[in-house]
Amino acid sequence: MKEQSKYVIIGNSTAAVAAIEGIRSVDQTGGILVIGDEKHFVYGRPLISYYLLGTTDAERMHYRPETFYEDNGVALRLGVRAAKIDPAHKEVTLSDGSKVGYEKLLVATGSRPFDPPMEGIESVPQRFHFMTMDDALALETVLASDKKVLIVGAGLIGLKCLEGIAARVESVAVVDLADHILPSILDKTGADMIQRTLEEHGATFYLSDSVSRFDGNTAHLKSGKEIPFDILVVAVGVRPNTELVKEAGGEVVRGIVTDECSRTSIPDVYAAGDCAESYDIATGTQRILALLPNAYFQGYCAGVNMAGGSERFDNAVAFNAIGFFGRHVLTAGAYTGEAYTEQTADTYKVLFVKDNLLKGFILIDLPERAGVYTAMLRSRTPLSEIDAESLKQSPGWNAFPEKMRKEHFAKEV
Amino acid sequence: MKRIYVNEEWCLGCHLCEYECAFANSGISDMVRALKGKQIHPLIHIEDSGDVHFAVNCRHCKDPICVKSCISGALSKGKDGIVRIDRDKCVGCLTCVLVCPYGAVLPAPDGHAAMKCALCTDNGRGEPNCVKYCPNGAIVFETREEA
Amino acid sequence: MELYIRPDYEVVRNTDKCIACRVCERQCANGVHEYDPATGKMRADDSKCVNCHRCVSLCPTHALKIVKTDDTYRENANWGVQTINEVYRQANTGGVLLSSMGNPKPYPVFWDKLLLNASQVTNPPIDPLREPMETQLWLGKRTAKIERDEKGRLKDTLPPQLKLSVPILFSAMSYGSISYNAHESLARAAEELGIYYNTGEGGLHRDFYRYGKNTIVQVASGRFGVHKEYLEAAAAIEIKMGQGAKPGIGGHLPGAKISEDVSETRMIPQGVDAISPAPHHDIYSIEDLKQLVDSLKEATEHKKPIIVKIAAVHNAAAIASGIARSGADIIAIDGYRGGTGAAPTRIRDNVGIPIEMALAQIDERLRSEGIRDEVSIVVGGSIRSSADVVKAIALGADACYIGTAALLALGCHLCRSCHTGKCNWGIATQQPDLVKRLNPNYGYKRLVNLVTAWKHEIEEIMGGMGINSLEALRGNRLMLRGIGLTDTELRLLGVRYAGESL
Repeated sequence: MKEQSKYVIIGNSTAAVAAIEGIRSVDQTGGILVIGDEKHFVYGRPLISYYLLGTTDAERMHYRPETFYEDNGVALRLGVRAAKIDPAHKEVTLSDGSKVGYEKLLVATGSRPFDPPMEGIESVPQRFHFMTMDDALALETVLASDKKVLIVGAGLIGLKCLEGIAARVESVAVVDLADHILPSILDKTGADMIQRTLEEHGATFYLSDSVSRFDGNTAHLKSGKEIPFDILVVAVGVRPNTELVKEAGGEVVRGIVTDECSRTSIPDVYAAGDCAESYDIATGTQRILALLPNAYFQGYCAGVNMAGGSERFDNAVAFNAIGFFGRHVLTAGAYTGEAYTEQTADTYKVLFVKDNLLKGFILIDLPERAGVYTAMLRSRTPLSEIDAESLKQSPGWNAFPEKMRKEHFAKEV
Repeated sequence: MKRIYVNEEWCLGCHLCEYECAFANSGISDMVRALKGKQIHPLIHIEDSGDVHFAVNCRHCKDPICVKSCISGALSKGKDGIVRIDRDKCVGCLTCVLVCPYGAVLPAPDGHAAMKCALCTDNGRGEPNCVKYCPNGAIVFETREEA
Repeated sequence: MELYIRPDYEVVRNTDKCIACRVCERQCANGVHEYDPATGKMRADDSKCVNCHRCVSLCPTHALKIVKTDDTYRENANWGVQTINEVYRQANTGGVLLSSMGNPKPYPVFWDKLLLNASQVTNPPIDPLREPMETQLWLGKRTAKIERDEKGRLKDTLPPQLKLSVPILFSAMSYGSISYNAHESLARAAEELGIYYNTGEGGLHRDFYRYGKNTIVQVASGRFGVHKEYLEAAAAIEIKMGQGAKPGIGGHLPGAKISEDVSETRMIPQGVDAISPAPHHDIYSIEDLKQLVDSLKEATEHKKPIIVKIAAVHNAAAIASGIARSGADIIAIDGYRGGTGAAPTRIRDNVGIPIEMALAQIDERLRSEGIRDEVSIVVGGSIRSSADVVKAIALGADACYIGTAALLALGCHLCRSCHTGKCNWGIATQQPDLVKRLNPNYGYKRLVNLVTAWKHEIEEIMGGMGINSLEALRGNRLMLRGIGLTDTELRLLGVRYAGESL
């Protein structure tokens, strides 16, 4: 007998939880079924590095209270994958062969690590990714104070992994093709500051370089250098899990194409999270914003709309808060336009202004009230309407005209 | 719900609220012992520019972006409407600090978590201390539901 | 060469308690407090302190107090420290000494030498919580005659009256001498209480026309802010002939306090000292006064009572008699302890007579001349409590003006520095950053609280005397007994000595 649920959600991470909360804000009773291939209770994916660091533990990593699914009347099917979507019959076939009928379907399948072809990779005995709790747990079993780790990829995932394990291993080397670390969020100047911090904690960087060949526990770099290692972590990027939608006839570019109501091109099928694209208002392009808050915004929006409410998510922008050994890097938006820069020995601030708008910013160890900048980005408030000079110097509401301030402060927001 | 509202027309920029906030959240019963010789870390902040002064703190938004953005589920909005942070769950990534449009979620001084106002429901005061000690009624605690 | 004069007061900071929050520094418009980044401590410059207690009140750890300096010259009963310092000050500057608020000198306070009666056995006291107690009253002429029209119906011959819920009015304090927010507080409180406040000679701000039915507008020697709408907006018009704090001299509002708004309201130039002349240049006799009274009545169609306010001076009784005959409806008398926003110190401290004596004599004189009903009498000049109100009414007053007490309710700490325009409490200032320190939403409530509390006390005291209405108390000097008074004082006050039966 075919199982039937009003709402079916494929995936059980941030976008799924958000969708549940979105659905329940409109429809308190309609059945919800969540299909997830991970057996862990839902957790914030970015927490895995904090887990290794010891800042959190499996218990505290729970993204929602233990009773979340029960409280929200959600049925869970964990440990299975969705294999196929049949939009004509409005049903999903699972990896165990069973079928589930839906009225509204959310695809929140996330992404998976990208493994570029690297010669000799099969010869590496201990190689890992760093995306999921299982990845972290597997990596943890091999960590030891006499081990050398090589991380391929100096992006967010690779370097958070570095922070998580640095104190638990003998050394960590990082290789990246780019000329500076964290190229997706930092410019060269900012990256150099953070790199120094990472180096102070024992990391070695091989930048503008790449692995040409693995030979067991040795990586041979393009530059000719050789890095001996015990553990390899590959963190060069991710690929969205779009196949289900693509095979069902839905539009996919890089990610699943969705509109501002999180709808895919297939009727009654929604998509949210790292598998889906958003329209980035800072760059003016349709792209995947593989960031946890963005997954929530998309998922919540999808949930509300699935339940018949009306919600639009039309101000997507990339933003990222990331910390390394007590240093905080807060960034958002696009790094285009005129740059306003302030740099001290310990801090760095760049604001990018274009077309009378704040387009993006980088803040290193200047977290205080950064949200005022992010809000400027998201609200697209023209700089000419405010005291832009004051705002550049410090994020605060005193840069806004009294009228604007009163509108915000005198009522519920 | 009852929220804190600030009115710059009456704010004198005396900064008493900041000290009363820091005191209320210090867990120490004597203000002198709590604050003397220490850097304070209040959850409410006065912005000063010229003769304009106003306090800013958590608005307990109806649709709190900090809660939606939190990567660890440490921030939540209770049935009472109060947005709270569970310091135990917080890993200190500061995403909430990055998104709060009011700049009202703050990095905690220990660097390991964020912190924010819970309307003094979490420190045994019962009513917001900043409101109680504002000398000019510039900070009030009241219901202003929209029709 | 200027001689150093040691400040009268010292700021004492308990450094064990001070948390260096700098609230004192931010709140002192005189710049007394300063944070020293080098030591991380606060320091104070006593010479700038006016002892207004703003810092003391706001210090969250109560680490501050202001003490009188114990520095002293060689003791001299004749040449006191202040007397000597004033000589030095004048020798330094060559200027007239200026002061504000009321006469602080240790003259006798006759209110404190009068005791009230209470009922025992033969005449029962009244419990105001259980029985009616009338504190409402009307001010104006009580000269209505019974007249009928041709159809035999009663004609309304009652001259215009002011109705009050309690025998208290807020004294004349001008916009200019006090702030917009102080005025708003007074106006709103008067409205809520069912009493009146008084514009002083500062005109009436456009925003406050809506409180007109609780407003007394003043026409003073400078005629500042007087125009048709102003007169029409009010419930009553007061001609100010004199002021208790500075009998015989005019008003002086320093240019610094004449902001754009004040200038517009007063119809005078901004930033230039506003001097109102000592006399009204069109009034040199009772006959002249009558002309102004009549003019104002004509201008307002005889609908509003006219008040004539004088300072209590030696000849007050005879002057009051003249005023009663000038057609005025109400006489206001201001005693020598009355307040001011600015007055020459020597005038304030040495001119005039106590309100108690003036009142007793005026009431006596008008009665003996059979014209007491021609006017109501309102007295001011340091009415400090409900007991003073009750004693004043027993001495013959209809109602009392309160000024200083009202300002105290608003936060005034009687530092007597109004003339500097830097009132830290937002009352006697026009500096916007200081004015906002008085939030009228709170200010008005405090005034309402004060008058409501006094009303309860008046009811209680009257009830104790077995009196259930102000009518029965007014001029009832048998309810008063003197203590520590000379025969002459008793005679002038018209009261018996404590212990003397009927």
